[in-house]
Amino acid sequence: MSWKIWSLKKSPWVFHVNTGACNNCDIEIVNLLTPKFDVERFGIKLVGSPRHADALLVTGVVTRQAAPRLQEVYRQTSKPCVVFAIGACACDKGIFHNGYHVVGPVDKIIKEIDPNAIIAYVPGCPPKPEAMISGVVKALSTL
Amino acid sequence: MNQIELKNKLSEIKDKLDAIEQKAENRIYLTCKAENACAVNRFLLEDIGARFCVATGIDADDCFEIIYHYSYDQTGCCINIKAVISDREKPAIESITPFLPAAEWAEREIHDILGIDFKNHPNLRRLILADDWPEGVYPMRKEIKATNT
Amino acid sequence: MKKIVKKPVIAVGPFHPLQEEMEFFQLTVDGEIVTDIDMRLSYNHRGIEKISESLQFDQVPFLISRICGICSASHPLAYVQAAEEIADIKPPERALYVRTIINELERIHSHILWVGLAGHFIGYDTVFMWAWKYREPVLDLLEEITGNRNNYGNVKIGGCREDIPNEIKPRILKELDEIEKKMDMLTKAVLDDPVLHARLKGVGILSKADAIKYAVVGPTARGSGVDIDVRRDDPYAVYSDLDWNVITQPEGDVFAKAVVRLLETFESIKMVRQALKKLPDGPVTIEVKEIPPGEAVGHVEAPRGETFHYVRSDGGNRPVRHKVRAPSYVNVPSFKASCIGEKIADVTITLAAVDPCYSCTERVAAVDSRSNVIHDYENLLRLSREKTEKIKEGKK
Repeated sequence: MSWKIWSLKKSPWVFHVNTGACNNCDIEIVNLLTPKFDVERFGIKLVGSPRHADALLVTGVVTRQAAPRLQEVYRQTSKPCVVFAIGACACDKGIFHNGYHVVGPVDKIIKEIDPNAIIAYVPGCPPKPEAMISGVVKALSTL
Repeated sequence: MNQIELKNKLSEIKDKLDAIEQKAENRIYLTCKAENACAVNRFLLEDIGARFCVATGIDADDCFEIIYHYSYDQTGCCINIKAVISDREKPAIESITPFLPAAEWAEREIHDILGIDFKNHPNLRRLILADDWPEGVYPMRKEIKATNT
Repeated sequence: MKKIVKKPVIAVGPFHPLQEEMEFFQLTVDGEIVTDIDMRLSYNHRGIEKISESLQFDQVPFLISRICGICSASHPLAYVQAAEEIADIKPPERALYVRTIINELERIHSHILWVGLAGHFIGYDTVFMWAWKYREPVLDLLEEITGNRNNYGNVKIGGCREDIPNEIKPRILKELDEIEKKMDMLTKAVLDDPVLHARLKGVGILSKADAIKYAVVGPTARGSGVDIDVRRDDPYAVYSDLDWNVITQPEGDVFAKAVVRLLETFESIKMVRQALKKLPDGPVTIEVKEIPPGEAVGHVEAPRGETFHYVRSDGGNRPVRHKVRAPSYVNVPSFKASCIGEKIADVTITLAAVDPCYSCTERVAAVDSRSNVIHDYENLLRLSREKTEKIKEGKK
């Protein structure tokens, strides 16, 4: 294991991207930082810039306007970068599958610019905070 | 003003309206022609003092309808003004934004999704559709179906 | 030769969904003072109104509870009330009580969430951690009743999907006592804090005249002295049977809005208690055969203000038009009145004050074209937090 992967697994820094979500998944992500779940004890930290991030937490259906912005954010991250599709919308567009303004899901948009991207799926509407922690742990253990 | 006084007050603009309907205790529907919509809106806003909620644009097959929703909070009455635009080729109606800034977004949204032109609107730019959305495609019109892509 | 003066513009966004829609703000500034603000939506536009036309009447509530994760009880309730008006359905008494209880629990957790995030934005993370810790028991209660922490999907045409079992009533009452105690402490701590006074009072003032001009709703309006509340003005569910007060504050600044929200939490706790005590026996749902042709509007007081739905039916099993207006749709344009003349450091909290769904405010990018300094969201937050620090120093 290279030192880079080792450090990534030790303390992944995540950046949170909303691409047209209903805020539910987003609130649950913020919830992870608060006393009940407190993921910072495991070294997981929410950062304010994609350039600092080891992982992207992507929520939402990816609307037409947000898709190019999501790709831009992905380009700015340092590689390897794990993309987490959080919630039913991000995984497969969910209930919004036939919306005229929806171009997702997340994996399709990310793979347009990087076919080898590592994508992890956390389904649920919204996924429980426990499910998100479990998803992060599982994805990191495959690296 | 109580409910009865409100109804009496509404009959003052009878000549501008095609119909006054009361569908439930607290729900009044007024119908008018597109050219009178501005005057009726102004009356509701200035003489009655109702609060503007939102405007709905509807593609009703042979015509377009714009429904201005107001709420008169003293009695909790919802007053809806239905303006009918019969021209399907070049639908247009006078904007109410110049005297009601709260309507700016509602009108821009209807312009985006139905292609109705609001005359004298100060800022009729694209609001809710994407930058690369093609010009002249209006998603809420009936000919566009919700598709499984 | 005349010198061309270019106005510096600060772009906030686009990954900055302050509410249901993601938005892009452009702040025109003169030095530190904001002189104009422009907004662009579309980032979060999912075309829900069109999708709604492709669903059946009883499927729509599950779609529209996903308009906004925090108002996921209010939107379906407004829609269901409109549909019930078209079909002339009277839901059973117990269902109305259950709807009231779910809606008020939602308001409690939403207001606590706002207090926490407001603290976070001005660099007061203690408030953030406290508030979100006290919010968890409310989510647990909602999960126990409806089966999900958010997106309850509990309202349906003709009643409710899930009942509140009588066995858990004492547990809810006990939890409410706990929440009230903690909120009492939090409220006192927040409202008596000299730093918060210095930081929030007189900031982002929305005058009563502007509030009426922009037709704002909910705590934003009540914080500016406009006395409106759908729960009182056009009572639905069982609000007319409960004893509660509408909280208003005349000042119109961010602090007034915080006071309104904090005090409303106590009113909501009071209402849930009364509703639980009065909860009648009986079924929570009745059978609905069809929705006849017709049109109706339904409005509900969501945590952020009035949620407005218009539904039209042609007698088929799908709505022909379903219009949704979320409260932030009218509250956000009022930034034009409240942000102009403010300092950049105060903009974050002023934008936050109308309580747009800003769980996602983590990504703001700002460009100052005069100095070519690229501010990102962190930079804006830093400016905001430095100001708080300075005030703290001064108070010592």
